[in-house]
Amino acid sequence: MISLVLLIGIYFGIYALLALGQNLITGMTGLLSLCQAAFMAIGAYTTAIILTSHHPLPLAELIVIVVFMGSLFGAMIGLPTLRLKGDYLAIASLGFGEIVKNVLLNADKFTGGPMGITHIPSVQLGRILISPYDKSVYLIFVWGFVGVILWGLFRLQRSRFGRALEAIREDEVAASSLGLNTTLYKVVAFMIGAAISALAGMLWAIYNGSVIPQSFDFMLSIMVLCMVVLGGLGNYFAALVGTMVIVIISELPRLLGFSVLIPAQLDQILFGLILVILMIYRPEGLLGRPVSKRNS
Amino acid sequence: MLQHLLNGFTVGSIYALVALGYTLVYGVLKFINFAHGDVLMIGTYIALIVFNFLRTFIEPSIAFIIAILAGMASSALLAVLIERVAYRPLRHAPRLAPLLSAIGLSVILSNTAALIFGTKSQRFEMPFNNTPIHWGNLVVTPYQGLILLTSLTMMVLLHFFIKMTRTGKAMRAVSEKPMVAQLMGIDTDRIIRFTFILGSALGAVAGILVSLDYKVYPTLGSLIGLKAFIAAVIGGIGNISGAMLGGILLGVLETYGVAVLGIPVGYKDSVAFVLLIIILLWRPSGILGSNKREKI
Repeated sequence: MISLVLLIGIYFGIYALLALGQNLITGMTGLLSLCQAAFMAIGAYTTAIILTSHHPLPLAELIVIVVFMGSLFGAMIGLPTLRLKGDYLAIASLGFGEIVKNVLLNADKFTGGPMGITHIPSVQLGRILISPYDKSVYLIFVWGFVGVILWGLFRLQRSRFGRALEAIREDEVAASSLGLNTTLYKVVAFMIGAAISALAGMLWAIYNGSVIPQSFDFMLSIMVLCMVVLGGLGNYFAALVGTMVIVIISELPRLLGFSVLIPAQLDQILFGLILVILMIYRPEGLLGRPVSKRNS
Repeated sequence: MLQHLLNGFTVGSIYALVALGYTLVYGVLKFINFAHGDVLMIGTYIALIVFNFLRTFIEPSIAFIIAILAGMASSALLAVLIERVAYRPLRHAPRLAPLLSAIGLSVILSNTAALIFGTKSQRFEMPFNNTPIHWGNLVVTPYQGLILLTSLTMMVLLHFFIKMTRTGKAMRAVSEKPMVAQLMGIDTDRIIRFTFILGSALGAVAGILVSLDYKVYPTLGSLIGLKAFIAAVIGGIGNISGAMLGGILLGVLETYGVAVLGIPVGYKDSVAFVLLIIILLWRPSGILGSNKREKI
């Protein structure tokens, strides 16, 4: 039972990172991006490739590389697409997710193709071994990341940068007429969101000890989006609450061993229903900020 | 060379038929109907069921025609239902809301189909003898002929419908300025409903034609839908000739990419996304799209 709670806690932490990244991109900046799963995949595969080839690698270096790769890919997809209007971004980011999955499946030399990469070793933090076998240590490790990133995001929200993002979300034309380089701000927000998701991917890869392309499909991006929308766009604590609800809904039956009785599709139908019903009856989510009148 | 052009044209005309569904709806509502691909998937399943049921009693070719009509009707009915329940309440909501609602619907539909019809793909028997006809160096299968004939006929009919009839005129008016159209006595709700019917019926035909070769499965709509959407954007979304041009261009380029440029088959699906990003950078409103209002 304890290990079950720890397991849910670890998953909750990893998904929380994805949701925080999505909230920065979609909630704070108003960009509908559908490729959190792809950024997570980049973090996970970077971790897997590096750890399996250069094993004794200091954790700090690994984190730097993962963050760098995440933000690099964030910039790569962001620069061409963020100059476009909202709907196009959704499609372009979806396409980017598909390309990433395609490459992971086909570039056998680096990614192991459909079989993925297995036997990813654990990492060392000072003298403590961070291994998936010691769940309580791993839980603290994961939530350490969540805590630091949450703190960073709060600082960001109250900075000039954060206010600029909100200005862009509320009215991009007005923001740019006030002299903001809106494309630059959007790309940087996108890069930060991507880097956070890549970190989630790193944690996922170390925890599972293996990565396969199928883990990072479109449905994962939808699930993350669903978490943020359920909690309430534009509010980091709400994103955490949304994540908690979705993780409990989707993981608990599986962990309690009911998954034989409940087909996997029901979960996803439920996510779909949550999105549709929320949009109709409570577009601001469970705890969201009220939708500004002027927009509606 | 000519053979690849023909093959590309065949695939492309399927994309074009589906792309019309996106572009018609975008034309009147300025919103991406994410669930379009899944609506046509459901129509294809219904057609398959009707066809398998009927062909034991009557001539397969007649059964096939009835099946197509049944598929078109059920897709249209489903689209009307979705429009009424999930899109109409959101017509004046912020832009993100209907998009999220549509994504939710798409997830619901594809997973419900997986739940009801099973995830295994099912064969749609060809109702005719599909021996290829040799024409000099050119090989044409009757199946390709059917696709080309059907889709070209439908596109021509649609073109004249939009240009010549009263309803077509009303659709153009709603697309240009819904408010004024309403003041002029056009029942916009009826026109919007009709647009959904038209788009999804065309989509169902495309779905059935594709599945004769590729079988029927629950995620059938997602990939075709995505590619067709890209086709619509490439051609200039909201523009009917653009959707046709974009579809055929995409089909031809995909076929050439694999056959002539030697892109590995595993990466074939990435061609569309790369093309999308290039086009969006070069002409953000698509090849035939312009900033002037000549939508629909």
